[in-house]
Amino acid sequence: MSAPYAKLPGWADYGLIPLINLIVAFAVAGIVVLLVGENPLRAAVILVEGAFGGGQNIAYTLFYATNFIFTGLAVAVAFHCGLFNIGGEGQAYVGGLGVVAVALTLDGTFPWWVNFPLAILGSALAGALWALIPAFLQAKRGSHIVITTIMFNFIAASLMVYLLVDVLKPAGSMAPQTRTFLEGAHLPKLNWMLDAIGLPVRSAPLNVSFLLALVAAFVVWLIIWRTRLGYEIRTQGHSPKAARYAGIGEARIIIITMMISGALAGMMALNPIMGDQHRLQLDFVTGAGFVGIAVALMGRSHPAGIVPAAILFGMLYQGGAELAFEMPAISRDMIVIIQGLVILFAGALENLFRPTVQSIFASFTSTTPAVPATPGERA
Amino acid sequence: MAEAAIELIGINKSFGPVRANRDINLEVKRGTIHGIIGENGAGKSTLMSILYGFYQADSGDIRVAGQPVTINTPNDAIAKGIGMVHQHFMLVQNFSVLENVILGMEGEPLLNASIAKARSELERLEREYGLEVDPDAIIEELPVGLQQRVEILKALYRGADILILDEPTGVLTPAEADHLFRILGQLKDEGKTVVLITHKLREIMAITDTVSVMRQGTMVATRTTSETSVEELAELMVGRRVLLHVEKGEAKPGEIKLSVRNLTVRDSRGVTMVKGVSFDVRAGEIVGIAGVAGNGQSELLEAVSGIRRAVSGTVMLEGSPVDVTGAAGPGDLRDRGLAHVPEDRHYMGLILPFEEYENSILGYHDEPQYQKGLFLDIDKARTEAAQQIEKYDIRPPNPRLKTANFSGGNQQKIVLAREMEQDPTVLIVGQPTRGVDVGAIEFIHKRLIAMRDQGKAVLLVSVELDEIRSLSDRILVMFDGRIVGERGPDAGEGELGLLMAGVEAKEAAE
Repeated sequence: MSAPYAKLPGWADYGLIPLINLIVAFAVAGIVVLLVGENPLRAAVILVEGAFGGGQNIAYTLFYATNFIFTGLAVAVAFHCGLFNIGGEGQAYVGGLGVVAVALTLDGTFPWWVNFPLAILGSALAGALWALIPAFLQAKRGSHIVITTIMFNFIAASLMVYLLVDVLKPAGSMAPQTRTFLEGAHLPKLNWMLDAIGLPVRSAPLNVSFLLALVAAFVVWLIIWRTRLGYEIRTQGHSPKAARYAGIGEARIIIITMMISGALAGMMALNPIMGDQHRLQLDFVTGAGFVGIAVALMGRSHPAGIVPAAILFGMLYQGGAELAFEMPAISRDMIVIIQGLVILFAGALENLFRPTVQSIFASFTSTTPAVPATPGERA
Repeated sequence: MAEAAIELIGINKSFGPVRANRDINLEVKRGTIHGIIGENGAGKSTLMSILYGFYQADSGDIRVAGQPVTINTPNDAIAKGIGMVHQHFMLVQNFSVLENVILGMEGEPLLNASIAKARSELERLEREYGLEVDPDAIIEELPVGLQQRVEILKALYRGADILILDEPTGVLTPAEADHLFRILGQLKDEGKTVVLITHKLREIMAITDTVSVMRQGTMVATRTTSETSVEELAELMVGRRVLLHVEKGEAKPGEIKLSVRNLTVRDSRGVTMVKGVSFDVRAGEIVGIAGVAGNGQSELLEAVSGIRRAVSGTVMLEGSPVDVTGAAGPGDLRDRGLAHVPEDRHYMGLILPFEEYENSILGYHDEPQYQKGLFLDIDKARTEAAQQIEKYDIRPPNPRLKTANFSGGNQQKIVLAREMEQDPTVLIVGQPTRGVDVGAIEFIHKRLIAMRDQGKAVLLVSVELDEIRSLSDRILVMFDGRIVGERGPDAGEGELGLLMAGVEAKEAAE
């Protein structure tokens, strides 16, 4: 039996390990850049400058980050209950229906500040209902939530194609999208905020949804760590046996958690639809639901980690686009490879370096009380 | 004198702070059936897992047929002619008997040849040892007795000369057990060596040649079976440990607080573990349930506390019925004044990654006193946790520390403090001092006596006979899902040990 691992201090757990993962991801990405005959250092400079080089770039980075904050929070809430919600993509997509339900009917009647709260409710409700079915199947029938939420992504995609082509498309239009909203369903831009601190923005889609995302992050923190519901979610997530002992209804808590998760994913739809394109387009989610998984893993399911992780991925999206523009040898597909490497190392291989770091810490701090791996109560 | 098939010399093994095996010496003679007996947790399975390569000993030597060997994996053990039949079978449920037998030694990529070879080999083994089983039957369709036979065949097919059986009769009906013993006798006649791990004295007396007794990680004695007696073995097994003396006055039992009638409970596999149990617990008394682990105590506790739904029977709390066969959950019972210190501290009683104060409200977190508007009243939980820490001397005294960082004894005090401070009328306690250091044991015992003296009804379940004897005002002995006897607090260890081993119950039935 191996020696018990020392517990890591918080800064190493939440800072050092993600940093190591990130460095390795970029190192491997650098090798890929070398292979296509470009200078990886110059590529890195272009990437970072593309993402943070000016007001314009920052606004775009934060616009993308807004999407990832919502989907990252959605995945994180489910994680706390021990559930792996892979359906953020579909929930966000269906969330778009909730947005257009409000926008298409009320955009000529009310100003944005009336329609925005209604659209928040609409998108959250649509996302929550889309998550409810897999949640119910998991809670009452034991169908694995990973499988059902993946399947529901496909169902959502097909449903939206049908609705956009056959129901929501205005007559006479060739494009599978709704009509463009009137002024009453356009969210105000936040470019003035960057202007105010001396970072001029020409035109960028950054809008008030970003502030909503930050509020959502705070509310998620409150729910998880300060309410009875969050206590029950965490209890269920850490030990279903303890939850049972504490009288927490397993089915109830799974359904509620998944609906909160779906609602957060659904709210992601506000940002591109009401904030940028002003209409519901085919495939507007563009993978943000899946990026949310990596964001939640990298942010250790804590809002304070999710926001910076989302900004990092926003940087990869925005900086990556600049890189593809500046370095012709690096195509859009190369950018997807780099993003994939970050997801791989920060997300899927999140525990790759943990044992090494832990044993290094253990050798330094042998006096720290170590937690026995399993108390041997064997016969 | 037969030569030694296995010698274990000076084996030590620790899991964290728990010393599962201490300086174990064991010699098993070739061509004999050697029993290893001891209570649950005595270290029997650990010792055999070391011999079979699941664990490596921290120190000590193993010799097989006189040759020193290193056994790092089960494959090493198999190569040395050691086979093991596990308590929980290691069979692929939807494979046939033949497929299971060749699993791991398929040979070529195409199975035809190895299956044909296995089939003829199996037929030989079946003839030789009377191990009839249809080679094409699917495992999940076979009764457990036959599944076990497949495990034995697997070991023999791999050329095992030494067969280890870990609690083989736990899952068998008496008839299946008798058949197993006949097979073991036949194996012995063919020159095989059998090591039988059990906590059932009757089995030892019935079929072994030699018996070794383990207690708390040490090998306390080895006897020739024909020269020992059930009484001697029971005494060796339970041991004359230094009695932890508990000061307590006379119990003043009041009215009945908890009343259980004809309670029947099944475990998650559907096996009936509690078979029509009835008892009462009065205010101001501690009723102890003694028994070897696995005789239904855990399921009884879970049913009475609402965690596991009972099949039939009634439970009355302060004279009014509790719907234990239906809707009543742990929350309802808690509301009605039943507190429960669960046996499984690590996964049920506590959430180890939580901060200490968060665990101090587990189960009570939904009560109005801990709500403040939309939020949990964290300040109140922390203040109360700090008070409990002081009152119960929980160390380190920090309600913000992760629960996993407290020692076993302090973790148990966290659970006890939580349940006792809610002022229950009935307190159910499972294994209160398992894995707890001596100092904490004394403290916990004193608190339990104090609860009794405050007029609480206390139901105590423990596999530590000493604990049951020193705390209980009445002792109920549970064996095979039934209460087989009630004794006063001054009942002798030997007497209780025999009851726990089911000796009297079996004899009464015959």
